[in-house]
Amino acid sequence: MEAVLGRAGLWFVIMFLALAAYVGAQDAGFAAHAVLVGVIAFAFLCVTVMRYDPLARAQSMFRMPPGPSRYDDDVVRWGVIATVFWGMAGFLAGVAIALQMVFPALNIEPWLNFGRLRPLHTSAVIFAFGGNALLATSFYVVQRTCRTTLAFPSLARFVFWGYQLFIVLAASGYLLGVTQSKEYAEPEWYVDIWLTIVWVAYFVVFVGTIVRRHEPHIYVANWFYLAFIITIALLHIVNNLAIPVSFLGSRSYSAFGGVQDALTQWWYGHNAVGFFLTAGFLAMMYYFVPKQAERPVYSYRLSIIHFWSLIFLYIWAGPHHLHYTALPDWAQTLGMVFSIILWMPSWGGMINGLMTLNGAWDKVRTDPIIRMMVISLAFYGMSTFEGPVMSIKAVNSLSHYTDWTIGHVHSGALGWNGMITFACVYFLVPRLWGRERMYSMRMINWHFWLATLGIVFYAASMWVAGLTQGLMWREYDANGYLVNSFVDTVAALKPMFAARAFGGILYLAGGVLLTYNVWMTIAGHLRDEAPMTDAKHNRAADRPITAAPAE
Amino acid sequence: MTDYETLRQFADSFGLLVMAIIFLALCAWPFRPGASERNRHAANSILEDHEDGE
Repeated sequence: MEAVLGRAGLWFVIMFLALAAYVGAQDAGFAAHAVLVGVIAFAFLCVTVMRYDPLARAQSMFRMPPGPSRYDDDVVRWGVIATVFWGMAGFLAGVAIALQMVFPALNIEPWLNFGRLRPLHTSAVIFAFGGNALLATSFYVVQRTCRTTLAFPSLARFVFWGYQLFIVLAASGYLLGVTQSKEYAEPEWYVDIWLTIVWVAYFVVFVGTIVRRHEPHIYVANWFYLAFIITIALLHIVNNLAIPVSFLGSRSYSAFGGVQDALTQWWYGHNAVGFFLTAGFLAMMYYFVPKQAERPVYSYRLSIIHFWSLIFLYIWAGPHHLHYTALPDWAQTLGMVFSIILWMPSWGGMINGLMTLNGAWDKVRTDPIIRMMVISLAFYGMSTFEGPVMSIKAVNSLSHYTDWTIGHVHSGALGWNGMITFACVYFLVPRLWGRERMYSMRMINWHFWLATLGIVFYAASMWVAGLTQGLMWREYDANGYLVNSFVDTVAALKPMFAARAFGGILYLAGGVLLTYNVWMTIAGHLRDEAPMTDAKHNRAADRPITAAPAE
Repeated sequence: MTDYETLRQFADSFGLLVMAIIFLALCAWPFRPGASERNRHAANSILEDHEDGE
């Protein structure tokens, strides 16, 4: 009784504070967010009061774990569902903005124009889709590898729901025009503070679980998860140091100015790629690839060496985003050199993942989940080769600001992050919901091919577009004048934009199959289908030769 | 000397040296004598005798 009263009171206080923030709000964006928080608090207040049942604590919204004898998987289940949901939202936003590039009439002012939808797309796929995948898999993996349940179960639930609130505030803010205009760090100061609180709670749950482990050794996947959690906290706090104009307003000014601000931003931006999209996803790779292949990782030594190399080197590579800018020349060169050195640890991880299949390569043919893991590692290898090449100043003078960069990012994001996440979802769903297998293995196969074909369309068209753009921008005539105006390049790229949108639609179609497959698996159905492989044999001919009777 | 120069000098000398030594020591750690058995055990630990999920 007291607990319910306390919880209802908490929601009421939050609702009241949100109302006060709405009354005092300095601008429309902040007022909208105050209303949003207030409505959510009111909804939880109603749920808390209506669900009041003194005997059934387990039936409450935030179901508590069954006890120390079972793994605490509720947060993991929610995280998997959130991954699929936000993935679809992010892919859809991506297809929408790709189509806007081809059909400018689709820019619906003011909320759905390209400038506001684009951060919605990037944040949805990186932080909502990727972030929920990392949250779910990290809580799954840390429990299994430590052979213990999550420390602080209620805090773990706060991490999940708090993170969803961060996503909703960020996404709605972009559409309302609330942004601090820092790439991949667009949310304004109050949303940043909220994420900091959630992230510290995430750190506490993760480290607390490791501390109470029953295995003496901390498996290498947890090293990568921990590096990801710590570094993202550091990057997020430093890059978002800002002074709000008003405590009830959505505007703020960065603590840094000019080139210092730019360098801080790209120190953050590149390491968001390095520690969110690389270290965190390598952690997924180090657990789920060996599990699916049923073989230990190829070299545990290599995993440790490339872990430390990644940690020591990645943090320096950011300046390659600022070639030929006001950033001092030595800093640009430093960024370039470290980017090239980074090739080695990156390929260390790729080789370690691929070689785990050594002696079991036939599974690529028979197991579509393994096939997804292999293609994700192949794309990881390709994009971590392409990245260092593009960081070389001479190459960068052609590639920078062109669609080549967009193609590069997507070969990494769609190929590496997307594919490994899909594979992990397909691995987790039957196990988390106690099903025999996914609803349909053949649909996974279709998803694989749709996604792969989509990436091929995307990356190939963006290579052509980027080179076209770069070469047209630098073309001079005999008198030293630029030959092409900017709009000439846009006209030249239009067919490539269309091909890119087509690739995105294929990738989204793969996502639709994923959603359906996950939905049907959770609902408990099994599709009646021919298996991916069968044991070929001819029973009639499978006989010994009988001696012919003598004449 | 300004703070910048002091910090810069430290970063370019002892700071760099300490970082390099720590890095090399961490990389050499899994190659210490007797480590290969531990590495093999660690690599196999996720595959041993426990079920996934519920």
